[in-house]
Amino acid sequence: MTVKITSANFQKEVMESQVPVILDFWAEWCRPCQMLGPIIEEISNDLAGKVKVGKVNVDEEGLLANQYRISSIPTVMVFKQGKPTAQVIGLLRKEDLLKRLGL
Amino acid sequence: MYDVLVVGGGPAGISAAIYLQRFKLKVIVIAKDHGALGQTTHIENYYGFEQPITGKQLIESGLAQARRIGVTVNESEEVLSISGVSPFVVKTNKSEYNTKVILLATGMSRPSLRVKGFQALQGKGISFCGICDGFLYRHKKIGLVGSGEFMLEELEVLKNFTKNITIFTNGEPLKVAVNNHEVVSDPITELLGSESFTGLNTSNNHYDLDGLFLAVGTPTASDFAMRIGAFVNQKNEIEVNPNFATNVPGLYAAGDCTGGLLQISKAVRDGAEAAIAINKYLKTKTS
Repeated sequence: MTVKITSANFQKEVMESQVPVILDFWAEWCRPCQMLGPIIEEISNDLAGKVKVGKVNVDEEGLLANQYRISSIPTVMVFKQGKPTAQVIGLLRKEDLLKRLGL
Repeated sequence: MYDVLVVGGGPAGISAAIYLQRFKLKVIVIAKDHGALGQTTHIENYYGFEQPITGKQLIESGLAQARRIGVTVNESEEVLSISGVSPFVVKTNKSEYNTKVILLATGMSRPSLRVKGFQALQGKGISFCGICDGFLYRHKKIGLVGSGEFMLEELEVLKNFTKNITIFTNGEPLKVAVNNHEVVSDPITELLGSESFTGLNTSNNHYDLDGLFLAVGTPTASDFAMRIGAFVNQKNEIEVNPNFATNVPGLYAAGDCTGGLLQISKAVRDGAEAAIAINKYLKTKTS
């Protein structure tokens, strides 16, 4: 299961999370994002309990997207103890994505 | 509505088109030019030719062979964009087509900009896809690199997001008309920015920019594949399964654009295999 991340819950869900957080920055109109969606969902099930998976809609959350300088989507980031530790841009297979995220 | 639209008139595309036509499918081949093979002057390792042949000879007889059995082959036509999914809408510099299946067989793609900073800034303000990333540059100042119809196509998309667009032809003559946009024709020498792209230098000047979009030359197979959500690996090769299908239903790819052995024999084989798989796919879809 994924969590919808907004600027309202970002502090609690991401910065104060006890487990690493994967954040998927996406948008409705982005075809590669739509293809990545089910992969992100799968990762959230595979790693349930160990990692939290959140989704940021860049149309609705322009501030968050700006804050993390998201200039291309899909972008997937990992946060550990509130700090970004990895960032991957573009559509990748699950195994490649996890490897490049260091998970 | 076509059953299959093949992008590319080389050995993979034509081989596929011949099989598809014989399956009595409605096929069209869109061929921009003779590609890399057309430049090859000496082919000695392809089956069945006693004397060396040129790439041009081989391609021309392939096109003639396809036409003889009834395939529609449109030469000197360039695919500019692909949208929708099953049916796809394919826009070219001459027309627009609807098709149930697309086979990408465009040959190999090449990196589009070889200047300092390009590798490091990809995805950090450098984009290959207006429809993917344009929204993130609403009302910002962006550059668009290109000089032909592919650039114009991207410009049309990007205009929806910002009016502040400068065209950089990177030393090429501008081949299309762009109204109300600044056009810089000096060669680009360096892309600037550490964490993200901040601007660029040309041989004569410096430009501050928030983002840079690339639409140089003709869109490659991987450009289309990426926009439509297919897996493209880091070598810019389209990932296909043993049936030459991508992860997007109805989108197939064959030949050099899928990597592996870059040989005519392999491309011909890819085309044949892809055609057989496409025929099966269309049958299961309609039954």
